[in-house]
Formats: sequence, structure tokens, C-alpha cells
Amino acid sequence: MTAQETFEALAARFPQFELEYVEGKDPAVLVKGENLLELAQHLKTEEGYDYCASVTGVDYEDRFEAVYHLYSTNKKGGPVILKVLAAREDPEVPSVVSIWPGANWQEREVWDLMGIRFTGHPDLRRILMWEGFEGHPLRKDFPGMKDEYTFSQPSGEQEHD
Amino acid sequence: MTELKTDTITVNMGPQHPSTHGVFRLILTLDGETVIDVEPVVGYLHRNHEKIGELNNWIQNTPFTDRLDYISPMSNEFAYVLAVEKLAEIEPPERARYIRIIMVELNRIVNHMIVVGFLLNELGCFFTPMFYCIRWRELVMDLYEMTAGSRMMPNYFWIGGVAADLPPRFLPECKELVAALPGFIDELERLITDSEIVQMRCKNVGVLPPDVAVAYGCTGPLLRASGVPYDIRRAEPYSIYDRFDFDVVVGTVGDVYDRYLVRIEEMRQSVRIVEQALRDLPEGETATPKKRKFMPPEGDVYHRIEAPKGELGFYLVSDGSEQPYRYKIRAPSFVNLQALPYMCKGYKIADVVVNIGSIDITMGEVDR
Amino acid sequence: MELVQRLLEFVDQIFVNLSFWASTQLANFLPEWAVTFLMMFATVLVLVFFGLGSIIWINVFERKVIGRFQDRYGPNRFGPFGLLQCVADMIKLLTKEDITPTKADRLIYNLAAVVPIIPTFLILAVIPFGRGMVAADLNVGFLYIVAVGSLGTIGIFMASWGSRNKYALISGLRTVAQMISYEIPMVLSVVGVLLLVGSLSMVSIVDAQAQWRLPFVVLQPLAFVIYFTAAVAEVNRAPFDLPEGESEIVAGYHIEYSGIKFAMFLLAEYINAFSVCAIAATIFLGGWQGPILPSWAWFFLKTYFLYVVLIWLRGTLPRVRIDQLLEFAWKTLVPLALANLMITALVAKLVPHNSLVGAVAFLAMNVVVIVGIAVVKYPRWRKERRQVVLVPRSASSEASGP
Repeated sequence: MTAQETFEALAARFPQFELEYVEGKDPAVLVKGENLLELAQHLKTEEGYDYCASVTGVDYEDRFEAVYHLYSTNKKGGPVILKVLAAREDPEVPSVVSIWPGANWQEREVWDLMGIRFTGHPDLRRILMWEGFEGHPLRKDFPGMKDEYTFSQPSGEQEHD
Repeated sequence: MTELKTDTITVNMGPQHPSTHGVFRLILTLDGETVIDVEPVVGYLHRNHEKIGELNNWIQNTPFTDRLDYISPMSNEFAYVLAVEKLAEIEPPERARYIRIIMVELNRIVNHMIVVGFLLNELGCFFTPMFYCIRWRELVMDLYEMTAGSRMMPNYFWIGGVAADLPPRFLPECKELVAALPGFIDELERLITDSEIVQMRCKNVGVLPPDVAVAYGCTGPLLRASGVPYDIRRAEPYSIYDRFDFDVVVGTVGDVYDRYLVRIEEMRQSVRIVEQALRDLPEGETATPKKRKFMPPEGDVYHRIEAPKGELGFYLVSDGSEQPYRYKIRAPSFVNLQALPYMCKGYKIADVVVNIGSIDITMGEVDR
Repeated sequence: MELVQRLLEFVDQIFVNLSFWASTQLANFLPEWAVTFLMMFATVLVLVFFGLGSIIWINVFERKVIGRFQDRYGPNRFGPFGLLQCVADMIKLLTKEDITPTKADRLIYNLAAVVPIIPTFLILAVIPFGRGMVAADLNVGFLYIVAVGSLGTIGIFMASWGSRNKYALISGLRTVAQMISYEIPMVLSVVGVLLLVGSLSMVSIVDAQAQWRLPFVVLQPLAFVIYFTAAVAEVNRAPFDLPEGESEIVAGYHIEYSGIKFAMFLLAEYINAFSVCAIAATIFLGGWQGPILPSWAWFFLKTYFLYVVLIWLRGTLPRVRIDQLLEFAWKTLVPLALANLMITALVAKLVPHNSLVGAVAFLAMNVVVIVGIAVVKYPRWRKERRQVVLVPRSASSEASGP
């Protein structure tokens, strides 16, 4: 099944979700944030896409995007790619950890580096940057060149055994 | 008999530890010697690779990907170059494709050798198998140095081919190496596989059932040892892997011993692939002509390969300029590491270290 | 011919003659009790210096042999063939900063550095190094060795407790469990030999082997294997080196020690390994007996041969886990040692001593037991062999393809 056919099957199954088809080398399905969990659950249990390969966050000028690449370990066919848009201010996307536990650390990483909050995540805290770091480094407005960035270390004492 | 009130202690297998494969911290909650909870803390080697990748050119990112999984650098470059070629729709020449396969499969052998060596080091064998494995790694590193100029960060692949053609000494030496490798793998297996202590330490330790493995997103030898026959080279063939004849190695139980056996057998399959590639190597040029400024069309693409550690994927977003707009790496070790707490609960401390060794992580990849 | 024989005997008895000459010289101008006292003191000094001196040789020897097992040279930079490497190491360790953790229990921490060494040197007192060369021929020689040797455990536990470090604590717990568990098979396996000898004295054990004209390893091979395995566990060497399991608990009980205190632990470990090999050589391999070469040369040859076996084990075998270790001791070694003891007692009653018939009987009994164990375990081992599944191209193309 090509991506077009997959999209049409999904759109026919869930007409109320208003799914959109995104063209490109890797065609994707654009789904709204509030419908994500139901669509993901359907994809996992009924279509058999049991392996969530990658959760990515992208920072565009007018929006944030969370991209999910889903594969199936026993079906033929390419991936199903879901894209979820989030607002520019305080972006929020529901968390799919309850459906694919493998997305746990990947969502933490997206929160840490990109700042997209995943609602419903059991333990959303920074994973790659240190505790007490302010800001989200991969955003476009976070300075990238070393002259523009000032390093601030978290202060205070912590006793470790 | 009444239960004695016992207390749990929290031990920090801290960032500096001889067996945690790099800077990587584990917070263990122990009841005597039994592990109750494991919490991995990563991020000590975070170099913000993805942000720097957005400041580099497309071409400058190729040597930069070497630094991710520094034990198998050729695979990282391969994944990135394939992703960019998919984005820009460039077809490398045939000779370049075969050379790439040879390099990548040799890298897989090296990686598995190092994993097996370090796994036994953690078991307590005091470096002996590791020295044997490293001796053979040196021979492969000689081949890399001969071709690419550098042992560990070869910077060999170009977008559209490879950087240089194989020197005349390469083919006879590579054929000699490939002829001698099965004997070495047999020797290694004879030393280790039937050793009773290895079996005692590794069998039924860190069992990962197949559905849990898939749910956690594990890939690579970790997944295949649990019994799921999912190999990206077979499931979604990229480059010219559909022309080669090799088997997918699947384990039965999903414990540490199975992962070790799967890796040994994968080494043999890689030797088969290299033999076939050397046999079928065509003549021709090794790179498509390069443009000075490489600006792929707009769009986004995700391409993944079967790296020695699992599924290595690159998600690239291009806005038509010389630099990537978004450069994301889906690192296998990062996702595989999530299975560690599941594998360690209920076992002893000594098993934690063995489990880490069997997942095969490299902090360069986990933290990027 | 006779000249050669007299020369050999002179070399053989060289140390004995030396001490005799020294005591007669001293008797010229000192009273009796002073001479005795001084000779005892000199013997002790000789033993201690021998122990400390052999460290220089043993350390390098071990590192070079293990290097050869790993397909590399050992240390070969410092001195001819790297022989002075240990001197360099000692200088380095002596000049290191002596750190004491703030919250450590100071008295126990500092005392624990010296305690493991003491039993190590005490054991050397009863081992016959050659014909007539034993520092103290106690008639409870072996019992003394067992009793004093188990004092080392206290030292290690003091070190791990006094360090106030969780890693050290874990290691200390493991050590106590391990060393207590392995005392028993070690002692039980030797009791079989003692039955044949009739005395606990080390010198008489060697003499008994002269009377049988066979080393006890031929008469009691199973006991030798059990003793050697248990002794390897007693001295914390691989594959039983959990207390200092480098890869998990990062040097275990001596994690907080640096400098000369750390050197003391290292010293204790090496000399312990040497003593254990010496005891095994004395009890099972015939001690200092052997043709042509001087007796002390044979003693050292046999001891170093067993030491090479120890190094071989260290380089080849991985470590066992603590619960597997204790299971091995209590469920395998102790029953085997008991069985060996009972059968030895039975056969010793039935068979004439010091005769070839008796030797053959003992050997046959041991072979029967070993073959019986192999026959029982081999089919189960064969059945448990595991293979991986290879999925070829044709099979998988329907399962998961593009």
C-alpha cells in the first residue's frame, strides 16, 4: 500500500478528524493534536504499526511541528508519518507514551531541546541538558554562535552519597 | 516467619566508572544485591550536535556525523549520505555503491568484535578476548587508513559517491582479511561460547520478551535476539542490499547470551556480504561530479539504515539553502537504552553491568 | 661422579649450612639463649625479606605472563626485560598522596591496611622450602595454616567497613560470604591427605610422599582439584575475584586506599597467592622432592608452575556472580569433598599403605568418581546448547519486505 492509499483509508475511517495529506518525498498525514491519540491507537491496534521509530520536533517560523515515524514489524510497506502542528507560544502535543513506550525518552528529548510540551507524559523533565538549564537550545531563536551565548551554571549545593 | 524490615540503599554508578561505556550515570536502588530500580541519567556527553549541524553546510555535516557513534563511523556517514541523496535525488555510480557496502559491512564486523570484547571485559575476563578482537580491528583500521586516510574518523563518503578510489593494495589485503576472518570468529567462539562461566553469567539474564522489545522501540541485534526477525536491510532494502545473499540472524530467548550469539553470527553474515561485494565489484568512477554549492530542493526526508547498533535514522528538513533547516538523528543506542530498567529489575548488580554491555551503547550516539 | 654429587648436595644444603655456621659463630661470644633468640629473629627476617623481595619478581612475572596470554608483551621498558618494573611501581606508590576520606572510621581504616599482610607472612613460617629448611616445624602445621589464613578475612572486612563507601561495603559483604564458604571445601579436601599421612605437620606430609614414592596428586586428584579451586577463591583471584570485581564495584574493598596502603593490599594478595601455591605444591606435588636439582629449586619450580596456572585462570575465565559462587561452594564443592573424604577413608582401611597396589586403588577410585560426574553432566550440557535461527532470503521475503 502506498502512502496515498494509506491516507485514503485513514481519511475514510476517520472523516471527523479532517486529516490532510502532505506531499513530498515522504508523504505524511497531518493530524490535529486532539485527535492524535485516537488515530495512534487505531494505527497500533488495528493496522499493526507497533513500532514508533522516531519522534521529532521541528521549529518553523509560524508553528512547531511534531513528526512521528511509525513502522510495522510484520507488514510490508513504508512508514506512516504523522505530523502534528502546535502553536508557536507554549506548544503542546498529547503524549503517545501510553501507546508506544519507546517514545518516552524521545519525547523528553523534544521537550528538552525544542520546548514542545507533551501532555500526559509520566515524567517530563530534561534529559540531555542539565537540571536548571533555562531555554531550549534547538529553537531558532536560541543563539548558536559562541559570541552570542552566555553560559550560566546552576548555583547551589547538592550533597551526593 | 515474620518479614525482616530491610532498607534499600541507593548506589550511584557514577559518570566515572570503568564499565559504563562512557560517561553515563545509573542510579541503582538495591536491596542487598538485588536491583529494585535502575534510573539511567544521560547527557554527560551532550555536544548539541544537531544545532551545530544546522550551522554547517550539507557537505560539512558528512565528517561531522563520524563523531556520533565513534566505533562505527562509516555507518553514520552512510546513513547521512543516503538521506541527503534521497532528498536531492542523486544516484551514486555503481562502483561507489559496492565500495560503500564493503566499508560498512567491515565496520559492522569491527563493531561487533568490540562489543563482544567489552562484554567479556565486563564479565571479568580481564581484557583477554578484547585484545584478540582489537588485534583484528587493527587490520580493518589499516584498510581504512589506506583508503580514507584516517583510522577512526574516516570522512570517506561524499554526497554522490566516495571520496577516493580504492588503492591498489586494498583488494588483495581485503581478500586476505576476509579469508582469515571466519577462522578468527570460530576461534573466538570456541573460547567463549562453551565456557561454563559465561553461560552461567549470561543465560537467562536480562530477558527481553519480543513484544516488550518492540514496544520500547528497540532495534538491531537487541530486537533480533528477542525473536523478532526485523532487519532493515531486509525489510526496507536501501542501497544495493537486495542484491546480496545473507541471512537474518534471530535469537530465541532474548537474554544476554542470545545477543552475544546473534552478534557472532552477524559477523559471519557480514563476511559473506563483503565476499560477494568484492567478487562483484565493477569498474567505473567513484563519485558523481560535485557542485561547489550543494543546495538540495525543499522538503523533508527520513532515511534509516541498519547500523551495527540498530536503526540509525536521519530526519532532514531542507529549505533550499546550503544549510539544513532541521538535522535530526534517530540514534539506536538512545532508544535501546530505555529497555535497560526493564531488563535489570530483579537481577543482581553484576547483571546490570552485563546488561549494559549487551545492549551495546556508545555515549556519542546517546547524547549526541 | 662423586664430585658432582657432593657439589649438588652442597648447593642443596647451602642455606642450612649457612645458618648452622652463623649460629656456631655467634655461640663463641654469646650465651645459649641469646644465640637461639638471634637465630629465630634472623629466620623471621629472612622470611619477611623473602616475601617482600619476591614481590618484585612475582608482580612482573604475572604481568608478563598475562601479557603473553593476551598476545602482547608485558612490561618491557624498565630494566632488562622489564624486570625492574615493580621497583618503578613501588616508587610511584610510595610517592602518592595518602588520602583518608573525611567520614571514614580512622582507626579501622588505617589499621585495615596492615592486617591482611600479617597472616600472609605467618603462613610462610610452616612451609618447608627445602630439605631441612622450614622456619618452624609445628606438629599442627596444617591446622595452623587454616587458622591463621582465615584472619585475612577480618582485614578485608575492616577495610570495606572503615572506608564508609557503598561500593566497599558491598564488596565487604561479598568477601565475608565468599571466604567463609570456601574455607570448608579447602579444609575437607586436605583431610583426605591427612588420613593417609597420619599427622598434621607439613614436614611429615612431604616425608609421607617420599614413602609412597608418589606425589599425593596421583593418589588424590579430586582432592587436588577441589583444594586448588577453593584456594583460588580464598585468595580472591579470578575467576572468584568478586571482592575486587573491577568492572562492577570498581576495586571493591580497596577503593578508598591510595599510595602505600594500597600497595599493602596488593602485596598481601600476591604473597597470599604464592603461599597458597606453595601449600598446594607441598601437600599434593611432593614439596621439595625431585632428582638432580637442589631441593629448594624444585620447591620453587613447582610453586611457580601452580602460579602460572593461577595466572592462566585469571586471563581466561570471566568472573562468577556472588550467588553462583556461593551455590558452587555449598552445593558442589562441599558434597564432593565429603564424598572424597568418605571414600578415601574406606579405601585407606582396605588397602596396604606405601604400596603400589594402594596407589593404583586410590587412583582407580578417583577416576571412577570423576568419570561418573562427567557421564552424568555431559548429556545435560549437550542438550542445553543453544543455537540462533538463521532466516534466509526466501523465507523472509514474504514476512517483511518492501
